[in-house]
Amino acid sequence: MHIVDRRLNPGGKSLANRQRFIRRARSMIKKSVHEASGSRSIKDADTGGELVLPAQGVREPSFRRSASGGIRDYLLPGNKEYTVGDEIPRPESGGGGGGSDASQDGGGEDEFRFALSRDEFVDLFLDDLELPDLAKRRVANTEVVTYERAGYSVSGNPTNLALLRTVRNSLSRRIALHRPKPEELQALRDEIGLLEPGDRRRMLEEELARKEKRTLLIPFIDPLDVRYKRFDATPKPVAQAVMFCLMDVSGSMTEHMKDLAKRFYILLYIFLKRRYKNVELVFIRHTHTASEVDEDTFFHSPETGGTVVSTALEEMQRVIEDRFDPSAWNIYAAQASDGDNTASDNERTANLLVNRILPACQYYAYLEVGRDIEHFPPGFIRRDSDLWQTYEAVVASGAPLAMRKVGHRRDIYPVFRDLFARKVGTEAAA
Amino acid sequence: MSATLKSERPLFEGADWEFSTVQRCHDAIQEIAVGEMGLDVYPNQIEVIGTEQMLDAYSSIGMPLFYKHWSFGKHFARDEAMYRAGMQGLAYEIVINSNPCISYIMEENSATMQTLVIAHAAFGHNHFFKNNYLFKQWTDADGILDYLEFARDYVLHCEEKYGEAAVEALLDAGHALMSHGVHRYPRARATNLRAEEKRERERRLHDEQVFNDLWRTVPGQAAVRHDPTMLERRRALLQLPAENILYFLEKSAPRLAPWQRELLRIVRQVAQYFYPQGQTKLMNEGCATFVHYKIMTRLHEKGQLTDGAMVEFLRSHTNVVFQPDYDDRRYSGINPYALGFAMMQDIERICIEPTAEDMQYFPDIAGKGDAMAVLRDIWANYRDESFILQFLSPRVIRHFGLFHVLDDGESANLRVRAIHDELGYRNIKRTLAEQYDVGWSTPDIQVVDVDLAGDRKLIVHHRVLNKILLEENDAKLVLQHLADLWGYDVLMKEVDATTDAVLKEHVVSPRPGILGGG
Repeated sequence: MHIVDRRLNPGGKSLANRQRFIRRARSMIKKSVHEASGSRSIKDADTGGELVLPAQGVREPSFRRSASGGIRDYLLPGNKEYTVGDEIPRPESGGGGGGSDASQDGGGEDEFRFALSRDEFVDLFLDDLELPDLAKRRVANTEVVTYERAGYSVSGNPTNLALLRTVRNSLSRRIALHRPKPEELQALRDEIGLLEPGDRRRMLEEELARKEKRTLLIPFIDPLDVRYKRFDATPKPVAQAVMFCLMDVSGSMTEHMKDLAKRFYILLYIFLKRRYKNVELVFIRHTHTASEVDEDTFFHSPETGGTVVSTALEEMQRVIEDRFDPSAWNIYAAQASDGDNTASDNERTANLLVNRILPACQYYAYLEVGRDIEHFPPGFIRRDSDLWQTYEAVVASGAPLAMRKVGHRRDIYPVFRDLFARKVGTEAAA
Repeated sequence: MSATLKSERPLFEGADWEFSTVQRCHDAIQEIAVGEMGLDVYPNQIEVIGTEQMLDAYSSIGMPLFYKHWSFGKHFARDEAMYRAGMQGLAYEIVINSNPCISYIMEENSATMQTLVIAHAAFGHNHFFKNNYLFKQWTDADGILDYLEFARDYVLHCEEKYGEAAVEALLDAGHALMSHGVHRYPRARATNLRAEEKRERERRLHDEQVFNDLWRTVPGQAAVRHDPTMLERRRALLQLPAENILYFLEKSAPRLAPWQRELLRIVRQVAQYFYPQGQTKLMNEGCATFVHYKIMTRLHEKGQLTDGAMVEFLRSHTNVVFQPDYDDRRYSGINPYALGFAMMQDIERICIEPTAEDMQYFPDIAGKGDAMAVLRDIWANYRDESFILQFLSPRVIRHFGLFHVLDDGESANLRVRAIHDELGYRNIKRTLAEQYDVGWSTPDIQVVDVDLAGDRKLIVHHRVLNKILLEENDAKLVLQHLADLWGYDVLMKEVDATTDAVLKEHVVSPRPGILGGG
């Protein structure tokens, strides 16, 4: 007998099968991911997890007998009361008394559960948002790298020339090839100068000529000797970030609007998660007053009241001062609103934003959520909202603020374009 | 024999085990299984695996290597989700009908469980695989692993050459028809998978060597003469009617490329390899359960198993052979372990201490004494259907309280036709045997004719038993696959087996471009 320990064999043997399955069921899985991302909390959004698919779509059909109709014999164990000729009322759903047959053909399988890994989930989530491929790669990759010394290389940039190493190489080569030293040559010349013409002098002159020729043949520094310092690109150590979610929760915000806002927050969160090791979430909701709340309350607890946006900004400023020192934290903020604001508050809001909030933030996005645009009758033009007009003025003055109107989830991504565009710009400048 | 003193030292104490423990248990079990019970087994290879590997093995129907297909990914995903959610435990073992016989055991099992698993799989199933006539006839334990390796490489090769989508479409179609891709009756030549593989390689090599592009340019024959009176000859030439649909397609489908035929062949060979397992579920599990029960009891008698380990074993054993009643929430058909084990034990009892009833029902074996010889003979020469018909004793019927309910499909109530009494034994035996008959459990579908002179329509019949038609949605999907493979229309008639009346017809046309034929 042999005993073989297979535990150390490489795992993931069925990975290829899994990928095939996901590709096959892609459209359905995407739908499930779409639904799942609506019901999950933002922090859990990129953890992967269980999905439920309708079994119909990934069916493996075969010829089998129908589960209903026809003449059937059932043979069952555990008779207690029946004798020959007894009649039993037909069970309701083909199950129960006729269990053996109904379960044999697997007709009960109507849902299919399985778990997606985090990467698979994010991949499909981004797909669902209809991101262009380039942007997906940006969201998915850590881009900031630093360069670290990593030995020497034979090619490189002149500024990276490793002088010491180059000269050392040249020295050993010169020794190995017996390149005459300058002082040797000088000594020879001196001796020749002292001698009378004759055999000895001729011999020395010949030797000098030979050595000078050799000096020319063997260069002091050969391209072979040259070494450059080599640098490896390593990802920059990730820092911490805090993400502020601000939302208007007054009665005019519908569930659809909140759902759009949530998708935006999830996308921003996933994006930040890729770049920072530690991402904190702060939820601030406001009506005419603002407060910091937990996520569940943020999305689900109803609230009534007026709309004063500046209260939320004040609250955010307070939280920043309390807990998130801008020098130690990368601060991102995303505000979602339907655009209503009390008219008298607009100026105060703009001031707060420009003077207090924006200087502390890496990025501030304003998302104006509306009903699905397609539902508006053609030719219907909406007046810009109070808040939109206010923020437009701020943007016009050159402040780094991304703003977008969103009626459908496919509109969410363009908001990010501003962020990416800004990043490219600063990198080029650096 | 059972009076041996508790002289031996226990094989292990506690739950922990290491490789030497497994070796020791195996040797002790072998002594009993081969020495005392006279089992005849393939050499054993025991492989220790972890959870994920067990799930892997599940998804590729237990085989250590298999070709790639999305449906295996689907099974893996579902099993994994169920397992992670705690809704489903994993099997303690998987055993493969190969030579040497490979048994997988889980690293999490306790020492007792490993002993049980070795007795069950490495000796019980192993003996059955090696000796049962169906396995001898239909499977080639020496060649299966080599063949699977060939299959995996061939599928991979096809994917590289023709694209994953094309291969997937073909395998989908093949899998849909898998249950109708087996020969139910042996043909003249025994299958030898290794020779098959060699033959295929040689055939391809030969094709490559004699390939001459010039042949392509030779003008074809004039239009084929056709003679409508030659129906019988045509059917004979195509070997119709044929119930092995995959075989028929592989040999006769007009538009398949050679590699597609070869893939169908692979699917068919795999189906054929598993064909005996479907027919011997009850006996195979009954045999293995009986063997492990005997062996564990003997080990305990000999003092090689501690009392604690014995209790642990009995607990697990009783779980395995538990049969819920029909009105129990846990009921999901007759448990093959329970019925199989009960029948094996009953046969042993009949051999050793028969009652008057046994004398009447089983004159051949009652009181014969050597129970193991009788059982070995049964394990070698029966399958589930014939085994039940022959050996389901009144005592077991009474023990299980079996009764037969008839649903005539029309009246409001179901009627009890037979119960566990003198008048009902024969009826119950026959009905149960019928349920284990493959001819009854898979629908009888045959290719009956091809309209070669006309539009090449393929005509398929389903012989309807007991007026139970095919599941319509599934049937349509499968017929679609069949039409894609055939390349022309397919007509299926559902014909009543007793009256020859056509109950239903389906016509399906091939989808263009699915298998490259269209």
